[in-house]
Amino acid sequence: MSSVAREWREIPGRYNLKGTKCENCGSIFFPARDFCPKCRRAGIGKVVPYNVCRTGKVYSFSVIHEAPDCNNAMKPYAVAMVQTDDGVLVSAQLVDVDLDKIEIGMPVRAVLRKLDADGASGVIHYGYKFVPNL
Amino acid sequence: MMDVGIVSYGAYVPRYRIKPEEIGKIWGVDGKGMGKGLMIYQKSVPSPDEDVVTIATEAARYMMARVPEVNPQDIGAIYVGSESHPYAVKPTSTIVAEAIEATPAMTAADMEFACKAGTAGIQACMGLVGSGMVKYGVAIGADTSQGAPGDALEYSASAGGAAYLIGTEKVIAKINKTLSFTTDTPDFWRREGQPYPLHGGRFTGEPAYFRHITSAAKMMFEAMGTTAQDYKYAVFHQPNGKFPTRVAGQLGFAPEQIEYGLLTPNIGNTYSGAVPLGLANVLDHAEPGDRIFVTSYGSGAGSDAFDITVTDEILNYKRDNAPVLEKVMADPVYIDYGMYAKFKGKIIMSE
Repeated sequence: MSSVAREWREIPGRYNLKGTKCENCGSIFFPARDFCPKCRRAGIGKVVPYNVCRTGKVYSFSVIHEAPDCNNAMKPYAVAMVQTDDGVLVSAQLVDVDLDKIEIGMPVRAVLRKLDADGASGVIHYGYKFVPNL
Repeated sequence: MMDVGIVSYGAYVPRYRIKPEEIGKIWGVDGKGMGKGLMIYQKSVPSPDEDVVTIATEAARYMMARVPEVNPQDIGAIYVGSESHPYAVKPTSTIVAEAIEATPAMTAADMEFACKAGTAGIQACMGLVGSGMVKYGVAIGADTSQGAPGDALEYSASAGGAAYLIGTEKVIAKINKTLSFTTDTPDFWRREGQPYPLHGGRFTGEPAYFRHITSAAKMMFEAMGTTAQDYKYAVFHQPNGKFPTRVAGQLGFAPEQIEYGLLTPNIGNTYSGAVPLGLANVLDHAEPGDRIFVTSYGSGAGSDAFDITVTDEILNYKRDNAPVLEKVMADPVYIDYGMYAKFKGKIIMSE
Protein backbone atom coordinates (compact mmCIF):
# COMPACT_ATOMS: atom_id res chain seq x y z
CA MET A 1 0.00 0.00 0.00
CA SER A 2 1.33 3.43 -0.93
CA SER A 3 1.69 6.17 1.65
CA VAL A 4 -1.60 7.99 2.10
CA ALA A 5 0.25 11.18 3.05
CA ARG A 6 2.49 11.03 -0.01
CA GLU A 7 -0.46 10.57 -2.34
CA TRP A 8 -2.34 13.37 -0.55
CA ARG A 9 0.53 15.79 -1.23
CA GLU A 10 0.12 15.11 -4.96
CA ILE A 11 -3.54 16.22 -5.02
CA PRO A 12 -3.12 19.83 -6.28
CA GLY A 13 -1.07 18.71 -9.27
CA ARG A 14 -3.13 15.64 -10.02
CA TYR A 15 -6.57 17.27 -9.77
CA ASN A 16 -5.92 20.73 -11.16
CA LEU A 17 -2.54 20.59 -12.93
CA LYS A 18 -1.30 22.96 -10.29
CA GLY A 19 2.32 23.81 -10.98
CA THR A 20 4.39 26.91 -10.41
CA LYS A 21 5.56 29.83 -12.49
CA CYS A 22 8.67 31.96 -12.16
CA GLU A 23 7.55 35.56 -12.26
CA ASN A 24 11.09 36.58 -13.09
CA CYS A 25 11.49 34.69 -16.40
CA GLY A 26 7.98 33.33 -17.03
CA SER A 27 8.99 29.66 -16.94
CA ILE A 28 6.24 27.26 -15.93
CA PHE A 29 7.07 24.18 -13.87
CA PHE A 30 4.91 21.08 -13.76
CA PRO A 31 5.14 19.23 -11.46
CA ALA A 32 5.55 22.23 -9.21
CA ARG A 33 9.01 23.28 -8.05
CA ASP A 34 9.91 26.05 -5.65
CA PHE A 35 13.16 27.11 -7.27
CA CYS A 36 13.72 28.44 -10.81
CA PRO A 37 16.83 26.75 -12.23
CA LYS A 38 17.17 29.46 -14.89
CA CYS A 39 16.98 32.51 -12.65
CA ARG A 40 18.51 30.81 -9.62
CA ARG A 41 19.02 33.51 -6.96
CA ALA A 42 17.08 36.13 -8.96
CA GLY A 43 14.01 33.90 -8.93
CA ILE A 44 13.91 33.33 -5.18
CA GLY A 45 10.53 34.39 -3.78
CA LYS A 46 9.15 34.85 -7.29
CA VAL A 47 8.08 31.27 -8.00
CA VAL A 48 4.29 31.31 -7.48
CA PRO A 49 1.48 28.75 -7.80
CA TYR A 50 0.19 28.41 -11.34
CA ASN A 51 -2.59 26.29 -12.86
CA VAL A 52 -1.39 24.76 -16.10
CA CYS A 53 -3.93 25.07 -18.94
CA ARG A 54 -6.20 22.01 -19.10
CA THR A 55 -6.47 22.12 -22.89
CA GLY A 56 -3.77 21.32 -25.39
CA LYS A 57 -2.70 19.16 -28.32
CA VAL A 58 -1.20 15.70 -28.65
CA TYR A 59 2.55 16.21 -29.04
CA SER A 60 3.36 12.52 -29.25
CA PHE A 61 1.69 9.28 -28.23
CA SER A 62 2.12 5.53 -27.87
CA VAL A 63 -0.27 2.59 -27.53
CA ILE A 64 0.40 0.36 -24.54
CA HIS A 65 -0.23 -3.39 -24.83
CA GLU A 66 1.64 -4.54 -21.72
CA ALA A 67 0.01 -2.70 -18.85
CA PRO A 68 0.69 -2.43 -15.14
CA ASP A 69 -1.95 -4.19 -13.00
CA CYS A 70 -3.84 -0.96 -12.30
CA ASN A 71 -4.60 -0.56 -16.00
CA ASN A 72 -5.23 -4.16 -16.98
CA ALA A 73 -8.91 -3.52 -17.60
CA MET A 74 -8.12 -0.76 -20.08
CA LYS A 75 -5.47 -2.26 -22.35
CA PRO A 76 -4.67 -1.61 -25.07
CA TYR A 77 -4.70 2.08 -24.22
CA ALA A 78 -2.89 5.22 -25.28
CA VAL A 79 -0.50 7.42 -23.39
CA ALA A 80 0.36 10.83 -24.75
CA MET A 81 2.64 13.74 -24.27
CA VAL A 82 0.29 16.69 -24.43
CA GLN A 83 1.50 20.20 -25.14
CA THR A 84 -0.87 22.38 -23.17
CA ASP A 85 -2.04 25.70 -24.60
CA ASP A 86 0.47 27.44 -22.36
CA GLY A 87 3.28 25.30 -23.72
CA VAL A 88 3.85 22.74 -20.96
CA LEU A 89 4.47 19.09 -21.90
CA VAL A 90 2.34 16.84 -19.71
CA SER A 91 2.37 13.03 -20.01
CA ALA A 92 -0.77 11.11 -19.21
CA GLN A 93 -3.15 8.46 -20.41
CA LEU A 94 -5.41 9.41 -23.33
CA VAL A 95 -8.87 7.87 -22.83
CA ASP A 96 -12.34 7.79 -24.44
CA VAL A 97 -10.61 7.81 -27.79
CA ASP A 98 -10.54 5.46 -30.77
CA LEU A 99 -6.95 4.26 -30.81
CA ASP A 100 -6.75 4.31 -34.62
CA LYS A 101 -7.92 7.91 -34.75
CA ILE A 102 -5.28 9.48 -32.50
CA GLU A 103 -3.19 12.02 -34.38
CA ILE A 104 -0.34 14.29 -33.41
CA GLY A 105 -1.84 17.76 -33.07
CA MET A 106 -5.25 16.42 -32.00
CA PRO A 107 -6.95 18.79 -29.51
CA VAL A 108 -7.42 17.26 -26.07
CA ARG A 109 -8.36 18.37 -22.58
CA ALA A 110 -7.59 17.13 -19.09
CA VAL A 111 -10.27 15.33 -17.07
CA LEU A 112 -10.27 13.74 -13.63
CA ARG A 113 -10.22 9.94 -13.67
CA LYS A 114 -9.32 7.08 -11.37
CA LEU A 115 -5.61 6.32 -11.63
CA ASP A 116 -5.31 3.47 -9.20
CA ALA A 117 -6.54 2.20 -5.86
CA ASP A 118 -4.81 0.55 -2.92
CA GLY A 119 -6.75 -2.69 -3.34
CA ALA A 120 -10.45 -3.07 -2.61
CA SER A 121 -10.27 -1.45 0.82
CA GLY A 122 -7.57 1.21 0.38
CA VAL A 123 -7.60 4.79 -0.84
CA ILE A 124 -8.61 5.52 -4.43
CA HIS A 125 -6.20 7.80 -6.31
CA TYR A 126 -7.66 10.29 -8.76
CA GLY A 127 -5.74 12.35 -11.26
CA TYR A 128 -5.61 13.84 -14.73
CA LYS A 129 -5.99 11.96 -17.98
CA PHE A 130 -6.72 13.47 -21.35
CA VAL A 131 -9.76 13.03 -23.63
CA PRO A 132 -10.45 14.42 -27.11
CA ASN A 133 -11.74 17.97 -26.76
CA LEU A 134 -15.41 18.10 -27.77
CA MET B 1 -36.17 34.62 1.75
CA MET B 2 -34.35 35.96 -1.29
CA ASP B 3 -35.19 34.82 -4.82
CA VAL B 4 -33.11 31.75 -5.50
CA GLY B 5 -32.38 29.91 -8.69
CA ILE B 6 -29.99 28.14 -11.00
CA VAL B 7 -26.94 30.25 -11.87
CA SER B 8 -25.25 27.54 -13.93
CA TYR B 9 -25.36 23.83 -14.69
CA GLY B 10 -23.25 21.12 -16.28
CA ALA B 11 -24.03 17.56 -17.29
CA TYR B 12 -21.99 14.50 -18.16
CA VAL B 13 -22.69 10.98 -19.39
CA PRO B 14 -19.96 8.36 -19.99
CA ARG B 15 -19.28 7.40 -23.59
CA TYR B 16 -19.95 3.66 -23.51
CA ARG B 17 -23.34 2.04 -24.21
CA ILE B 18 -24.81 -1.46 -24.06
CA LYS B 19 -28.10 -2.53 -25.66
CA PRO B 20 -30.76 -4.66 -23.92
CA GLU B 21 -30.57 -7.35 -26.62
CA GLU B 22 -26.89 -7.86 -25.74
CA ILE B 23 -27.76 -8.32 -22.05
CA GLY B 24 -30.74 -10.58 -22.83
CA LYS B 25 -28.58 -12.79 -25.05
CA ILE B 26 -26.45 -13.75 -22.03
CA TRP B 27 -29.37 -14.59 -19.74
CA GLY B 28 -31.60 -16.35 -22.26
CA VAL B 29 -34.17 -13.56 -22.24
CA ASP B 30 -35.76 -11.59 -25.06
CA GLY B 31 -33.66 -8.52 -24.36
CA LYS B 32 -35.07 -6.52 -27.21
CA GLY B 33 -38.59 -7.17 -25.92
CA MET B 34 -37.41 -6.30 -22.40
CA GLY B 35 -35.99 -3.00 -23.67
CA LYS B 36 -39.18 -2.25 -25.54
CA GLY B 37 -41.29 -2.94 -22.43
CA LEU B 38 -39.08 -0.66 -20.33
CA MET B 39 -38.67 1.88 -23.18
CA ILE B 40 -34.90 1.64 -22.76
CA TYR B 41 -33.06 1.10 -26.02
CA GLN B 42 -29.51 1.45 -24.67
CA LYS B 43 -27.85 2.42 -21.40
CA SER B 44 -24.63 4.22 -20.55
CA VAL B 45 -21.73 2.34 -18.98
CA PRO B 46 -18.87 4.00 -17.11
CA SER B 47 -15.32 3.38 -18.27
CA PRO B 48 -13.23 1.37 -15.74
CA ASP B 49 -11.60 4.65 -14.64
CA GLU B 50 -14.89 6.46 -14.06
CA ASP B 51 -17.00 6.59 -10.92
CA VAL B 52 -19.30 9.03 -9.14
CA VAL B 53 -16.34 11.24 -8.21
CA THR B 54 -15.14 11.61 -11.80
CA ILE B 55 -18.65 12.01 -13.24
CA ALA B 56 -19.60 14.62 -10.60
CA THR B 57 -16.32 16.46 -11.18
CA GLU B 58 -16.81 16.57 -14.94
CA ALA B 59 -20.35 17.93 -14.53
CA ALA B 60 -19.15 20.48 -11.94
CA ARG B 61 -16.30 21.64 -14.18
CA TYR B 62 -18.71 22.15 -17.10
CA MET B 63 -20.93 24.10 -14.70
CA MET B 64 -18.05 26.35 -13.62
CA ALA B 65 -16.77 26.81 -17.21
CA ARG B 66 -20.07 28.49 -18.10
CA VAL B 67 -19.74 31.12 -15.36
CA PRO B 68 -16.09 32.22 -15.55
CA GLU B 69 -17.03 35.31 -13.50
CA VAL B 70 -17.93 33.16 -10.47
CA ASN B 71 -15.05 32.76 -8.04
CA PRO B 72 -15.11 29.13 -6.82
CA GLN B 73 -14.06 30.45 -3.42
CA ASP B 74 -17.55 31.98 -3.15
CA ILE B 75 -19.08 28.49 -3.11
CA GLY B 76 -20.12 27.86 0.47
CA ALA B 77 -21.62 24.38 0.19
CA ILE B 78 -21.27 21.31 -2.01
CA TYR B 79 -23.62 18.34 -1.83
CA VAL B 80 -23.20 15.27 -3.99
CA GLY B 81 -26.22 12.99 -4.07
CA SER B 82 -25.66 9.38 -5.12
CA GLU B 83 -26.31 5.80 -4.14
CA SER B 84 -22.98 4.68 -5.59
CA HIS B 85 -20.44 6.87 -3.79
CA PRO B 86 -17.06 5.12 -4.24
CA TYR B 87 -16.42 5.17 -0.50
CA ALA B 88 -18.82 4.01 2.23
CA VAL B 89 -16.99 6.43 4.55
CA LYS B 90 -15.07 9.34 2.96
CA PRO B 91 -17.03 12.00 1.11
CA THR B 92 -17.25 12.31 -2.65
CA SER B 93 -18.09 15.99 -2.17
CA THR B 94 -14.68 16.95 -0.78
CA ILE B 95 -12.93 15.49 -3.83
CA VAL B 96 -15.24 17.38 -6.19
CA ALA B 97 -14.77 20.55 -4.12
CA GLU B 98 -10.99 20.24 -4.40
CA ALA B 99 -11.24 19.59 -8.15
CA ILE B 100 -13.11 22.86 -8.72
CA GLU B 101 -10.94 24.71 -6.18
CA ALA B 102 -13.81 25.63 -3.89
CA THR B 103 -12.06 24.43 -0.71
CA PRO B 104 -11.48 25.12 2.17
CA ALA B 105 -13.94 27.77 3.48
CA MET B 106 -17.09 25.78 2.73
CA THR B 107 -19.26 22.94 3.99
CA ALA B 108 -19.73 19.66 2.14
CA ALA B 109 -21.61 16.42 2.53
CA ASP B 110 -22.66 13.40 0.55
CA MET B 111 -26.34 12.69 0.24
CA GLU B 112 -28.22 9.47 -0.34
CA PHE B 113 -31.92 9.08 -1.07
CA ALA B 114 -32.03 6.46 -3.83
CA CYS B 115 -32.75 8.37 -7.05
CA LYS B 116 -33.62 11.76 -5.57
CA ALA B 117 -30.45 12.62 -3.65
CA GLY B 118 -29.51 15.16 -6.33
CA THR B 119 -32.73 17.16 -6.04
CA ALA B 120 -32.53 16.92 -2.23
CA GLY B 121 -29.15 18.65 -2.61
CA ILE B 122 -30.74 21.42 -4.68
CA GLN B 123 -33.28 21.99 -1.90
CA ALA B 124 -30.55 22.11 0.76
CA CYS B 125 -28.61 24.65 -1.31
CA MET B 126 -31.75 26.74 -1.80
CA GLY B 127 -32.16 26.99 1.96
CA LEU B 128 -28.53 27.97 2.55
CA VAL B 129 -28.46 30.48 -0.31
CA GLY B 130 -31.94 31.88 0.35
CA SER B 131 -31.19 32.51 4.00
CA GLY B 132 -27.95 34.28 3.11
CA MET B 133 -25.75 31.72 4.88
CA VAL B 134 -23.73 31.09 1.71
CA LYS B 135 -23.36 32.96 -1.58
CA TYR B 136 -23.43 29.90 -3.84
CA GLY B 137 -24.26 26.25 -3.24
CA VAL B 138 -23.47 23.35 -5.56
CA ALA B 139 -25.83 20.38 -5.80
CA ILE B 140 -24.83 17.37 -7.85
CA GLY B 141 -26.75 14.19 -8.64
CA ALA B 142 -24.56 11.42 -10.07
CA ASP B 143 -24.55 7.64 -10.09
CA THR B 144 -22.87 4.57 -11.50
CA SER B 145 -25.80 2.47 -10.44
CA GLN B 146 -25.76 -1.28 -9.90
CA GLY B 147 -28.13 -3.92 -11.19
CA ALA B 148 -27.65 -7.56 -10.23
CA PRO B 149 -26.66 -9.74 -13.20
CA GLY B 150 -29.78 -11.09 -14.88
CA ASP B 151 -32.12 -8.85 -12.86
CA ALA B 152 -34.50 -6.43 -14.59
CA LEU B 153 -32.36 -3.59 -13.21
CA GLU B 154 -29.42 -4.75 -15.29
CA TYR B 155 -31.26 -3.47 -18.37
CA SER B 156 -31.67 0.01 -16.89
CA ALA B 157 -29.01 0.87 -14.25
CA SER B 158 -26.58 3.25 -15.93
CA ALA B 159 -24.20 6.14 -15.25
CA GLY B 160 -24.23 9.93 -15.52
CA GLY B 161 -24.73 13.08 -13.54
CA ALA B 162 -25.40 16.80 -13.53
CA ALA B 163 -24.31 19.70 -11.34
CA TYR B 164 -26.20 22.86 -10.39
CA LEU B 165 -24.86 26.15 -9.08
CA ILE B 166 -27.55 27.66 -6.89
CA GLY B 167 -27.43 31.36 -6.09
CA THR B 168 -29.30 34.64 -6.08
CA GLU B 169 -27.37 36.69 -8.66
CA LYS B 170 -27.49 36.27 -12.46
CA VAL B 171 -29.99 33.47 -12.10
CA ILE B 172 -30.76 31.81 -15.46
CA ALA B 173 -33.73 29.91 -14.05
CA LYS B 174 -35.62 31.06 -10.98
CA ILE B 175 -36.94 28.35 -8.68
CA ASN B 176 -40.38 29.70 -7.81
CA LYS B 177 -41.14 26.97 -5.30
CA THR B 178 -40.09 23.54 -4.14
CA LEU B 179 -41.92 21.04 -1.96
CA SER B 180 -41.73 17.35 -1.18
CA PHE B 181 -43.91 14.33 -0.48
CA THR B 182 -42.21 11.71 1.69
CA THR B 183 -43.29 8.42 3.32
CA ASP B 184 -41.70 5.19 4.55
CA THR B 185 -42.24 2.94 1.53
CA PRO B 186 -39.65 0.16 1.09
CA ASP B 187 -39.91 -0.39 -2.67
CA PHE B 188 -36.17 -0.61 -3.39
CA TRP B 189 -33.17 -0.88 -1.07
CA ARG B 190 -29.58 -1.98 -0.69
CA ARG B 191 -28.26 -3.09 2.68
CA GLU B 192 -24.82 -2.02 3.92
CA GLY B 193 -22.06 -4.11 2.32
CA GLN B 194 -24.34 -5.63 -0.33
CA PRO B 195 -23.21 -5.15 -3.93
CA TYR B 196 -26.65 -5.07 -5.52
CA PRO B 197 -29.98 -3.55 -4.55
CA LEU B 198 -33.22 -5.49 -4.21
CA HIS B 199 -36.64 -4.22 -5.18
CA GLY B 200 -40.28 -5.03 -4.67
CA GLY B 201 -41.01 -5.74 -8.33
CA ARG B 202 -44.46 -4.38 -9.17
CA PHE B 203 -44.57 -2.76 -5.72
CA THR B 204 -42.17 -0.14 -7.10
CA GLY B 205 -45.02 1.14 -9.30
CA GLU B 206 -48.37 2.29 -7.93
CA PRO B 207 -47.71 2.66 -4.16
CA ALA B 208 -44.20 3.97 -4.73
CA TYR B 209 -43.27 5.85 -7.92
CA PHE B 210 -46.77 6.88 -9.03
CA ARG B 211 -48.19 7.76 -5.61
CA HIS B 212 -45.25 9.95 -4.60
CA ILE B 213 -44.80 11.73 -7.91
CA THR B 214 -48.49 12.46 -8.45
CA SER B 215 -48.92 13.57 -4.81
CA ALA B 216 -45.97 15.98 -4.93
CA ALA B 217 -47.03 17.22 -8.37
CA LYS B 218 -50.60 17.87 -7.28
CA MET B 219 -49.38 19.65 -4.13
CA MET B 220 -47.33 21.89 -6.41
CA PHE B 221 -50.24 22.56 -8.79
CA GLU B 222 -52.36 23.53 -5.79
CA ALA B 223 -49.69 25.71 -4.18
CA MET B 224 -48.99 27.58 -7.42
CA GLY B 225 -52.55 27.58 -8.79
CA THR B 226 -51.34 25.92 -11.99
CA THR B 227 -52.14 22.98 -14.25
CA ALA B 228 -49.94 21.05 -16.67
CA GLN B 229 -50.85 23.54 -19.41
CA ASP B 230 -49.02 26.36 -17.58
CA TYR B 231 -45.63 24.73 -18.20
CA LYS B 232 -43.63 24.46 -21.39
CA TYR B 233 -41.55 21.52 -20.19
CA ALA B 234 -41.77 18.81 -17.55
CA VAL B 235 -39.13 16.49 -16.14
CA PHE B 236 -40.00 13.41 -14.09
CA HIS B 237 -37.85 10.76 -12.53
CA GLN B 238 -37.23 8.13 -15.15
CA PRO B 239 -36.29 4.65 -13.89
CA ASN B 240 -37.36 3.55 -17.38
CA GLY B 241 -39.08 5.31 -20.27
CA LYS B 242 -42.52 3.91 -19.46
CA PHE B 243 -43.12 5.29 -15.95
CA PRO B 244 -42.45 8.99 -16.66
CA THR B 245 -44.47 8.80 -19.88
CA ARG B 246 -47.42 7.35 -17.99
CA VAL B 247 -47.20 9.69 -15.00
CA ALA B 248 -46.93 12.71 -17.33
CA GLY B 249 -50.16 11.62 -19.02
CA GLN B 250 -51.89 11.11 -15.67
CA LEU B 251 -50.99 14.67 -14.66
CA GLY B 252 -52.19 16.15 -17.95
CA PHE B 253 -48.84 16.75 -19.68
CA ALA B 254 -48.58 16.18 -23.44
CA PRO B 255 -45.76 14.01 -24.88
CA GLU B 256 -43.95 17.04 -26.37
CA GLN B 257 -43.67 18.64 -22.90
CA ILE B 258 -41.52 15.75 -21.61
CA GLU B 259 -39.53 15.15 -24.79
CA TYR B 260 -36.32 17.01 -23.82
CA GLY B 261 -36.49 15.94 -20.19
CA LEU B 262 -36.72 12.22 -20.96
CA LEU B 263 -33.26 10.76 -21.56
CA THR B 264 -33.64 7.26 -20.11
CA PRO B 265 -34.58 5.61 -23.46
CA ASN B 266 -31.12 6.59 -24.75
CA ILE B 267 -28.90 6.39 -21.66
CA GLY B 268 -30.77 4.24 -19.13
CA ASN B 269 -31.59 5.12 -15.54
CA THR B 270 -28.87 7.34 -14.10
CA TYR B 271 -30.57 7.25 -10.66
CA SER B 272 -29.56 10.41 -8.74
CA GLY B 273 -28.42 11.84 -12.07
CA ALA B 274 -31.73 11.21 -13.86
CA VAL B 275 -33.79 14.32 -13.07
CA PRO B 276 -30.73 16.63 -12.95
CA LEU B 277 -29.72 15.36 -16.42
CA GLY B 278 -33.26 15.69 -17.79
CA LEU B 279 -33.46 19.25 -16.47
CA ALA B 280 -30.04 20.02 -17.97
CA ASN B 281 -31.24 18.90 -21.39
CA VAL B 282 -34.33 21.10 -21.01
CA LEU B 283 -32.12 24.08 -20.01
CA ASP B 284 -29.94 23.37 -23.07
CA HIS B 285 -33.02 24.22 -25.17
CA ALA B 286 -34.78 26.73 -22.92
CA GLU B 287 -35.62 30.35 -23.68
CA PRO B 288 -36.58 33.24 -21.41
CA GLY B 289 -40.04 32.84 -19.90
CA ASP B 290 -40.20 29.06 -20.30
CA ARG B 291 -41.76 27.49 -17.23
CA ILE B 292 -40.49 24.06 -16.19
CA PHE B 293 -42.17 21.52 -13.94
CA VAL B 294 -39.82 19.06 -12.25
CA THR B 295 -40.61 16.12 -9.97
CA SER B 296 -37.99 13.64 -8.86
CA TYR B 297 -38.56 10.34 -7.10
CA GLY B 298 -36.37 8.42 -4.72
CA SER B 299 -37.25 4.96 -3.49
CA GLY B 300 -37.83 4.56 0.16
CA ALA B 301 -39.64 6.94 -0.69
CA GLY B 302 -40.11 10.57 -1.62
CA SER B 303 -40.60 13.09 -4.39
CA ASP B 304 -39.25 16.65 -4.68
CA ALA B 305 -41.22 18.99 -6.94
CA PHE B 306 -39.89 22.25 -8.41
CA ASP B 307 -41.61 25.06 -10.29
CA ILE B 308 -38.98 26.88 -12.36
CA THR B 309 -39.06 29.89 -14.71
CA VAL B 310 -36.24 30.57 -17.16
CA THR B 311 -35.10 34.22 -16.98
CA ASP B 312 -33.73 36.72 -19.54
CA GLU B 313 -30.30 36.08 -18.01
CA ILE B 314 -30.08 32.86 -20.02
CA LEU B 315 -29.45 35.03 -23.10
CA ASN B 316 -26.16 36.25 -21.53
CA TYR B 317 -25.28 32.80 -20.19
CA LYS B 318 -22.12 31.29 -21.65
CA ARG B 319 -23.69 27.90 -22.34
CA ASP B 320 -21.22 27.24 -25.17
CA ASN B 321 -18.26 27.29 -22.75
CA ALA B 322 -19.04 23.60 -22.15
CA PRO B 323 -20.63 20.96 -24.38
CA VAL B 324 -24.42 20.66 -24.26
CA LEU B 325 -25.82 17.22 -23.45
CA GLU B 326 -26.64 16.34 -27.05
CA LYS B 327 -22.95 16.79 -27.83
CA VAL B 328 -21.85 14.87 -24.74
CA MET B 329 -24.14 11.96 -25.70
CA ALA B 330 -23.16 11.94 -29.39
CA ASP B 331 -20.67 9.40 -30.75
CA PRO B 332 -21.20 6.58 -28.21
CA VAL B 333 -19.17 3.36 -28.27
CA TYR B 334 -21.21 0.16 -28.06
CA ILE B 335 -19.77 -2.68 -26.01
CA ASP B 336 -20.69 -6.33 -25.67
CA TYR B 337 -21.57 -8.08 -22.42
CA GLY B 338 -18.04 -9.41 -21.90
CA MET B 339 -16.61 -5.91 -22.05
CA TYR B 340 -19.46 -4.66 -19.85
CA ALA B 341 -18.67 -7.33 -17.24
CA LYS B 342 -15.02 -6.26 -17.27
CA PHE B 343 -15.82 -2.53 -17.10
CA LYS B 344 -18.20 -3.03 -14.19
CA GLY B 345 -15.73 -5.19 -12.27
CA LYS B 346 -17.95 -8.27 -12.40
CA ILE B 347 -15.04 -10.57 -13.26
CA ILE B 348 -13.10 -12.00 -10.33
CA MET B 349 -9.42 -11.30 -10.91
CA SER B 350 -6.42 -12.86 -9.16
CA GLU B 351 -4.72 -10.74 -6.50
